[in-house]
Amino acid sequence: MWRTLDKDLVRGVGALAAAVAVNGLSFGAISVAAALPLWVPVAMSLLVFAGSSQYLVVGVVAAGGSPVAAVLGGLVLNSRHLPFGLAIGQVVGDRLATRLLGSHLLVDESVAFALSQKDSKQARSAFWLCGGALFVSWNVSVVIGALAGQLVSNPNALGLDAVFPAAMLALVLPALKDRTTLGAALAGAAVALATTPFLPTGLPVLLSLAGLLVTLTSPSKRDRDAAQPARTAAGGGKSGEADQS
Amino acid sequence: MTFVPILVLALGTYAFRISGTLLRGRMEVPERIRELLSMAAIVLLVAVVATSALMTGHQFAGFALPLGVAVGGVLAWRKAPFVVVVVVAAATTALLRLAGLS
Repeated sequence: MWRTLDKDLVRGVGALAAAVAVNGLSFGAISVAAALPLWVPVAMSLLVFAGSSQYLVVGVVAAGGSPVAAVLGGLVLNSRHLPFGLAIGQVVGDRLATRLLGSHLLVDESVAFALSQKDSKQARSAFWLCGGALFVSWNVSVVIGALAGQLVSNPNALGLDAVFPAAMLALVLPALKDRTTLGAALAGAAVALATTPFLPTGLPVLLSLAGLLVTLTSPSKRDRDAAQPARTAAGGGKSGEADQS
Repeated sequence: MTFVPILVLALGTYAFRISGTLLRGRMEVPERIRELLSMAAIVLLVAVVATSALMTGHQFAGFALPLGVAVGGVLAWRKAPFVVVVVVAAATTALLRLAGLS
């Protein structure tokens, strides 16, 4: 399956893994600075493996909040992984063992990489390469960051907070050529942004699914068919014809 | 902070992940629903992009961050290599902050 990897994909994953490593360094450093013992960020990174929820938990606990509130917030934030799994479950693998293992690697980046591939074979290699590389770089860098303390005290000064949204934007852009998807995504983003000031972290992103309502009104079937060739393999069904390798 | 909250978060997160992938394996999904699920994933990812580019916590993130992301977006749209998109976005945000824009 690795033969289907192309150079662009490997380079893209490499860049993302590097950015994630810097992020991991800062997560480790921040956790230790919040007076948490070393094993807390390390265990969380291995077992939870979802950066934004980990930051949330450490942030709440560091601010004196209760661990229960922190965990509930993290769970709301991570509930988006359920629809992710529904969307690309068939990309992860066919065997039960593969799915059990691969599910742990289901993160925003690996989902986006898989969805941006042309056929289902490439989507599978992209998912595993991205998920695996990020798992290693995140966990190793969290340990180093926690040990080194304030190594990267302010990653934002380096603009590193722009890496994640820019990378994700580049990955989803091809799928937005489809008019209906674009409409749904823009409507969803508007809902998420408008509710962010008022709602607990994580909920606004879930509410973006309301953007799908635009698909009820908009699709003239002909437009959608015309847009078909641009669809991604992760749609799954047409993998038989789409595989050219 | 004890091990239990971490374990609960880990198990809950894994439960979300595994139930999605397993459900997808169990059922025969009609074409229309498959399309809708792919679209749902894209909608969620775009919402993640929008909120992480424009907001920090519950507030506006300031201009340096969304401008950097926007420059990256334009480069991606112009088919620039992925690495270039990411590096230029970070550099733009860093330079804007260096120039005093928050």
